[in-house]
Amino acid sequence: MLKLDKLSKTYATGDTALSQVSFEVPAGQVVGLIGPSGAGKSTLIRCINRLVEPTEGTITLGDTDLARLQGRALRRARRRIGMIFQEYALVERLTVMENVLSGRLGYVPAWRSFLRRYSPEDVSRALALLEQVGLSQHFNKRADALSGGQRQRVGIARALEQDPELLLVDEPTASLDPKTSRQIMRLIGTACRERNLPAIINIHDVMLAQQFTDRIIGLQAGKVVYDGPPTGLTDAVLTRIYGDEDWNQMRGEEATDEAPRTPEVDLAEGI
Amino acid sequence: MTGTLSTDTTSGPAWQYRTPRQSLLQWLGWFLLVVLTVFCWQLMNENTIWAFVSDAPDQAMDIGSRMFPPAWGYIGQLWEPLWDTINIATLGTLIGVAIAVPVAFLAASNTTPSTRFVRPLALLLIVTSRSINSLIWALLLVAIIGPGLLAGVIAIGLRSIGFVAKLLYEAIEEIDFNQVEAVRATGASGAQVIDYAIVPQILPAFWGISVFRWDINIRESTILGLVGAGGLGIQLSASLATLAWNQVAMIFVVILVTVVISEWVSARVRQAVI
Repeated sequence: MLKLDKLSKTYATGDTALSQVSFEVPAGQVVGLIGPSGAGKSTLIRCINRLVEPTEGTITLGDTDLARLQGRALRRARRRIGMIFQEYALVERLTVMENVLSGRLGYVPAWRSFLRRYSPEDVSRALALLEQVGLSQHFNKRADALSGGQRQRVGIARALEQDPELLLVDEPTASLDPKTSRQIMRLIGTACRERNLPAIINIHDVMLAQQFTDRIIGLQAGKVVYDGPPTGLTDAVLTRIYGDEDWNQMRGEEATDEAPRTPEVDLAEGI
Repeated sequence: MTGTLSTDTTSGPAWQYRTPRQSLLQWLGWFLLVVLTVFCWQLMNENTIWAFVSDAPDQAMDIGSRMFPPAWGYIGQLWEPLWDTINIATLGTLIGVAIAVPVAFLAASNTTPSTRFVRPLALLLIVTSRSINSLIWALLLVAIIGPGLLAGVIAIGLRSIGFVAKLLYEAIEEIDFNQVEAVRATGASGAQVIDYAIVPQILPAFWGISVFRWDINIRESTILGLVGAGGLGIQLSASLATLAWNQVAMIFVVILVTVVISEWVSARVRQAVI
């Protein structure tokens, strides 16, 4: 379980990215984090694994207060948190297998990772994950030889290779086409359900968020302005998060496009 | 460089690339360049004896005729100094690269442990190494550790540190930071982040730079012998001193062939690593 309490972040430039953000994520819950650009979504998930230093507040994962950790203890905490990135952030010139195995870096000593001598369990877990994301044929290819959707699957495999207790996902579909976006969201959802893994997915696409998450948190100028079920995103709520816009028009397009399909059918389809 | 818009004309708004002030400054810049050129021309003419210059074609023809044909048989005495030259270049490059790699990591603003203290020190080391020519390093080292190959190797090594470290730290500063962030997010230690996120990104640059420097060093080490630091230069200075122009021509041929081969090797290696 993840618990944020009065988390705030003010950058050195004086910009307040987050103020007094508090919420809890129980095991197995997939949370969609929505909000306009610059609302602090990226900062929020980067504060959790301390790629960005929070200014105030506590972040509790299990029994550990992540906000206070330093050095070795921080690295041990980070290996419990998997992260998936917007532009995939794979190491382009390493192979798919090396990228997936880099999920184990927090567990193995530097000399082992330098010689690429991972334990048989690590290797078989990596192969199983590649199988699961449909890339078992490609384990020996260089990451820059893959398409966008394939790269994001490697990104997912790398995060799961960590055997994480929490998944942080930063705009996973921003660089992908609509179909691939759905496949990727479905894959993340399935992985979380199988492992009872909580996840925070930072996402621009409100429709995708509604379809693939259990709960929505709306962020506006660093403050939580909505926290509730995906069905609760009424026009008033969307206006509170994003400002004035003709929300019905957006829904209208979506309704004609998606009317015959329910989310349940979509999930059953697999990938 | 900001453009200006003015709306006071009758034919609609006019856009100008530069403000009048910028145009004036630009003309002033060109004017100063012309002044400098005239001044330099005058300075050059002051110490030139034109009688000698008018004689130049004859002199060149004379030396040219003495150089031709090259003393082909002299090659027998050149193999050993040529081998020395190649060794000086190769060992010097290895030493230079070995020292340059850590220096580059200390100098790159995104990997240095301290921007206040360590980075300026590393940059100073790079500038020092780069600002002194190999030939001058060799002069100093021949005086300090005596003539011979070792002085040449160290001279080449010292000069290479700055060159390799500068280009490498620029490559390090240009890496994609997302990849570093992703590896750090897995809980990797500092050494692991360098190994998995930084090294793969700079490896092509590293090989390209090292081989390029080796190629330059082959050329530079051919003249180090002029100051007693071993290699072909010793032979060259001996032949020059005895006015044996056909031997000098032979040495030029050997240098040319060696440099062509080293350029070919470095081009192939750079092609292979990209």
